[in-house]
Amino acid sequence: MDKLGMYAVPAVILVIVAFGGIRRVRVFDCFTEGAKEGFSALLSVAPSLIGLIVGVTMLEASGFFELLTAFISPVCEAVGIPAQVVPLGLMRPVTGSGSFALLNEILGSCGPDSAAGKIASVMSGSTETTFYAITVYYGAVGLKKTRYTLPAASAADLAGMLSAVWIVRAAG
Amino acid sequence: MLNIIWLCMVILSVICSIVTGRTGELSNSVGNGADKAVQLIISMAGVMCLWSGIMKIAERSGLTGLIAKLLSPVLGRLMPEYKNNSAAMNAVSTNVTANILGLGNAATPLGIIAMKEMQKSNTLRSEPNDSMIMFVLINTASIQIIPATTAALRQAAGSAQPYSILPYVWIASGIALCVGMISAKIFSAVGKIKKQAINK
Repeated sequence: MDKLGMYAVPAVILVIVAFGGIRRVRVFDCFTEGAKEGFSALLSVAPSLIGLIVGVTMLEASGFFELLTAFISPVCEAVGIPAQVVPLGLMRPVTGSGSFALLNEILGSCGPDSAAGKIASVMSGSTETTFYAITVYYGAVGLKKTRYTLPAASAADLAGMLSAVWIVRAAG
Repeated sequence: MLNIIWLCMVILSVICSIVTGRTGELSNSVGNGADKAVQLIISMAGVMCLWSGIMKIAERSGLTGLIAKLLSPVLGRLMPEYKNNSAAMNAVSTNVTANILGLGNAATPLGIIAMKEMQKSNTLRSEPNDSMIMFVLINTASIQIIPATTAALRQAAGSAQPYSILPYVWIASGIALCVGMISAKIFSAVGKIKKQAINK
């Protein structure tokens, strides 16, 4: 499975660049234009990332995560969830940059290729800032009632997070 | 929301450091955290720029449009109220394509256009219909080929294989999407039964 991920990257790049070439797109000019946009997008989130990473680093230094992990780990270990990823699971649906800061902390403390690091990566990659998306989309058309959106979306998020744990564990 | 979260982080860490006796560590961490954040942004910049450059080519070459066209019939089945509404279906399928390719900046404005188009012929007026909810659920399941941000973070953390998680991410978001769609169908059916019971 890990190999598949390694093939996917060059395959995606090849398909996109080759298709661009066939369609007579000036691929390199286009690439630099997009890269520039990516850079300014990253710069525009930099202030909030700095604030939130400072927040998470402060929590880490204060011993908060150790206390929390010690508190919840008996329950988590029983179902096979590394306790370190629980705060990420709670933060992910609410804020993108907040969960980003948490993921960074987990990758730093457990290692990116450890089980906890992989589970945290899969959790972040496979779920969205659900509450934020719901607010933005319904807010844009002035809908206040959301019917069953929230329970269905939360069920999806929970399923995504539990399958992240399960898949990484199953693959060893 | 972030205002409350950040406030909690600051207050919790100060209280916690007093309890654990780590006030010295806490004061060092403030400067370290800010430093770490800037280093992280710099070390991520390469991967982020690379993917947004590549995806720009996909957009310009018409690959995005082609994928949207292929997705349109599938999405029409999931959103039966708008199957024959081409303005709405166009916006929906370009939004989903943008999500799949990880064009985050383009996806949200397209999604808002799609919601506006759908609201025009929404017979429920003040609440979303089943198709609109389905659209929001597809958006929150985060179906994407390359989760560039996560890969960039893994690379910055020194991972030996930053992209090894891709297949797992695909499976996990696929499962999340299926669970979201199935629970939507169940909730919708339960709602209809309840309504019928009230009418009787």
